[in-house]
Amino acid sequence: MKTLKFLIEKEFKQLFRNTLIPRLIVMFPIMVLLVFPWAVSFEIKNIKIDVVDHGKSSYSKRFTNKVASSKYFILNDTPLDYQTAMLNMENGETDMIIEIPVSFDKDIVKSQTSSIGVAVNSVNGTQGLLGSNYIMQIANEFSTELRGELINTLPPKSKASIMNMPKIDIVPQYKYNPELDYKNFMIPGFMVLLLTILCGILPALNIVMEKENGTINQINVTPVSKINFILAKLIPYWVVGIVVMIISITLGYVIYDLWPAGSVIAVLISAIVFILSVSGLGIIISNYSETMQQASFLVMFFILILVLLGGMFTPVSSMPTWAQTIAAINPFNYLTKTFRMLYLNGSTLSEVSINLFALGIIAVVLNGWAVYSYKKR
Amino acid sequence: MKQFFAFVNKEFRHIIRDNRTLLIIIGMPIVEVLLFGFAINMEVQNIKVAFYDPAPDAFTADIVERINQNYYFNNLGYMQSMDDMEEAMRKGKLDLAVVFQQNFQEDLVHSGTASVQLLANSSDPNRGSISVTYVTAIIAGYQQEKTELMQIPFQIQTDNRMIYNPQMKSSYMFVPGIMGLVLMIICTIMTSVSIVREKERGTMEVLLASPLKQGTMIFAKTIPYMVISFIDFIIILLLSYFVLGVPVNGSLILLFLVALIYISLTLTYGLTVSTLVDKQVNAVIFSAITAMIPVLMLSGMIFPISNMPKVLQAISAIVPARWFIDAVRKVMIQGQGLFIIWKEVLIMIGMTIFLLGVTIAKTKKRLE
Amino acid sequence: MSKKVIEVSNLTKKFGNFTAVDHITFDVEEGEIFGFLGANGAGKTTAMQMLCGISMPTAGEGSVAGYDIIKENELIKRNIGYMSQKFSLYEDLKVWENIRLFGGIYGLTNKEIADKTNLLLKQLNFEQERNTLVKYLPLGWKQKLAFSVAIFHEPQIVFLDEPTGGVDPAMRRQFWEMIYDAADRGITVFVTTHYMDEAEYCNRVSIMVDGRIDALDSPAELRRQFNAETMDEVFRQLARKAERE
Repeated sequence: MKTLKFLIEKEFKQLFRNTLIPRLIVMFPIMVLLVFPWAVSFEIKNIKIDVVDHGKSSYSKRFTNKVASSKYFILNDTPLDYQTAMLNMENGETDMIIEIPVSFDKDIVKSQTSSIGVAVNSVNGTQGLLGSNYIMQIANEFSTELRGELINTLPPKSKASIMNMPKIDIVPQYKYNPELDYKNFMIPGFMVLLLTILCGILPALNIVMEKENGTINQINVTPVSKINFILAKLIPYWVVGIVVMIISITLGYVIYDLWPAGSVIAVLISAIVFILSVSGLGIIISNYSETMQQASFLVMFFILILVLLGGMFTPVSSMPTWAQTIAAINPFNYLTKTFRMLYLNGSTLSEVSINLFALGIIAVVLNGWAVYSYKKR
Repeated sequence: MKQFFAFVNKEFRHIIRDNRTLLIIIGMPIVEVLLFGFAINMEVQNIKVAFYDPAPDAFTADIVERINQNYYFNNLGYMQSMDDMEEAMRKGKLDLAVVFQQNFQEDLVHSGTASVQLLANSSDPNRGSISVTYVTAIIAGYQQEKTELMQIPFQIQTDNRMIYNPQMKSSYMFVPGIMGLVLMIICTIMTSVSIVREKERGTMEVLLASPLKQGTMIFAKTIPYMVISFIDFIIILLLSYFVLGVPVNGSLILLFLVALIYISLTLTYGLTVSTLVDKQVNAVIFSAITAMIPVLMLSGMIFPISNMPKVLQAISAIVPARWFIDAVRKVMIQGQGLFIIWKEVLIMIGMTIFLLGVTIAKTKKRLE
Repeated sequence: MSKKVIEVSNLTKKFGNFTAVDHITFDVEEGEIFGFLGANGAGKTTAMQMLCGISMPTAGEGSVAGYDIIKENELIKRNIGYMSQKFSLYEDLKVWENIRLFGGIYGLTNKEIADKTNLLLKQLNFEQERNTLVKYLPLGWKQKLAFSVAIFHEPQIVFLDEPTGGVDPAMRRQFWEMIYDAADRGITVFVTTHYMDEAEYCNRVSIMVDGRIDALDSPAELRRQFNAETMDEVFRQLARKAERE
């Protein structure tokens, strides 16, 4: 126990003597939480659209204006032909093209239906889907307007059918997040990201560093036990994690007015269990690496997997079954879920306890492996 | 010149001897491209939907069936009460609740209107709003059919075409992003760590007095890394094409050129990092943070740049991966040529030159 | 008959097909200064690491400070000190912090550490460097400090792996004075080196060639046996048979 005290003293001294890391612990959360939540959004709006209007008639111009003034679209250009519009799409200057036929006005007045050609850049699949949906909505609205104006030009039977035209009213209610603010959904994710990076990378490099500069031998010939050695390596990073967490929660409140709807203590407790797992993983990587380069590639490898398959950016439920199995042992996934439930849904500690339990098991396994894989001989 | 090649040779042998690191550098992109290519799906799917229909009729049953059949939804069935709905949603077991009014069919036929309420779990607002959009489209389609039967006039129809990615596969958008991310991380760490290591150890090569000699040495060091990274790129490309089914519609040579420029850019960035830090640990952290986070967030890899506030769009312009990913998407998926991507190419070259300048300036300063 | 603090029999270490240490047998008496000589790559460091309990022997047996090197290696560590080629102090810790760390690890109390540190710094004439980070110390001082730290807890045996590499002869001699001091206090010194002239400072030496011990006796005896004027010459005669570089 006393040995542990001396070792921890040493680790903290070294940590604070590093020029970069202490500053990073404070600055990095600030930078990340200040800047990046504004970048996140999957919403499809401000779609750049080109309108190729072959007829330039009154109805087609009206339709073009309708599109231009829609909140979904930004009118980029009104080229004379489709080829020019296509060039714009290839250039990336426009995302969508609609082509209004020459006969648009005539069709409406005479045969009462008309058709518009739509081309969407669907490299971003969601953009393709939603873009075409929005245009259809606008077309439907336009249709309704026309009916209202031109109803008196129709024979009585048609008139009657319009009167009775079925219209299903759809009333959406966006629960838990009526403003559809993506930031609130992502900020808990960013907190997990911060913890993963700071408490994952640093331990992963620590032991390798001692291997590289030879001090590891000096420690191995002493009676210091594996457990004490590893604990002394871990504890400073647990402290770092808690500090980062406190800074993050504060920033979330100060900048975004975001405070857990559930218990803030529960947030800290879950964070701590997570920190235990991710730092344990770092130590394991350090134990199996001989050089800094190896350790850094390995830790980045694992961190990328933890983050990208952790449900922060893309939902776990959209993944194939085998990937969901990986998510089942991914601590990032559990903490993100837990934070979101605590922050947004107002869940209680008991409601997130399953996630905590999973995190706990992962932590025990990883730390056990960390101690086991450290060889004094 | 001969000396130069001797150095390059030495560096090569040095790297090859370290099989473990080599294995990681080659294996890492393979595993990750495959993993993410298959697992990441930006589409909203598996939407858990349930229905509350106290007085079911033919129409509501019809709508329910259409939603049930739809690929994006997992039908959980009918719920007994609104309270059940709320609880299930709060626990995360339900994504979308569809609530029909009483006398749906009757009202629609006789008075022309009926209503449906959609309660969407919008903790994830993307998921919430897209779920609503899907159901709205399904119901609108149903409504449309009924309308057509009645031959309602003044219909504006739209004739949709999906360009470049007709099946709207996520991987088309995402895979170029993975390329940019992985290459940047590997290259930046490779160079920065290896140079700082020499600095730390005080090894002779880096501490040579003459900047020109030092520059040549460093350049000699980077060449093997360039080769390895390029091999990585080829492997990723092969996997994307053959295993993930991402097309290569444009010129392969152009793609290689773009990759080469990007690799040079990221390796140079690693060199710049090495002039800013004095310990290997710091080189790794600095590289990891600057190579990973801005790329994930701002390069257009996941989140569309056009949605971002102007300030962030400006910052995105200095993230090297952004230009690489743009260029790769245009060449690979859209089949475009140099004529279209000249801007991206020039910017990347410009960045490389700039970083090189910074590195040289900082190194000179240190030697004085 | 003096007590044997190190006894080794047929100790072997193989790395795959390569035999680094080839069935060596020897012993060391209490209070001796035992020199473990040999060229670079002869297997000295590997052998020493087995004695310190940080490398598992492939075959053979041994005991250090009365404890078995295979089964009781952790117990050995309580009774030994160690200083390696790389000097093994923490470069980013101050002089007194390094001393405190290792003193504490070996079980000294805060007061003991404080008192002994003051004494040590005085003896070494090092008081003004108390708060200097080790990385700023010149090489010779690092060596002296590392050695002092290694024997700070007054171990039975101290293992020194190439302790005098890279410094001038004057510094080396000062270092050996410290070794004599320690031996006088009853600490057994086991030192490896490739400087043959340092052999003269030892009570007995062994010479390793290609993993085997090809000679073992006092320097005077060896010079007589090989009809040589210096230990260097003894070594060169043995080295001619060597296969390793």
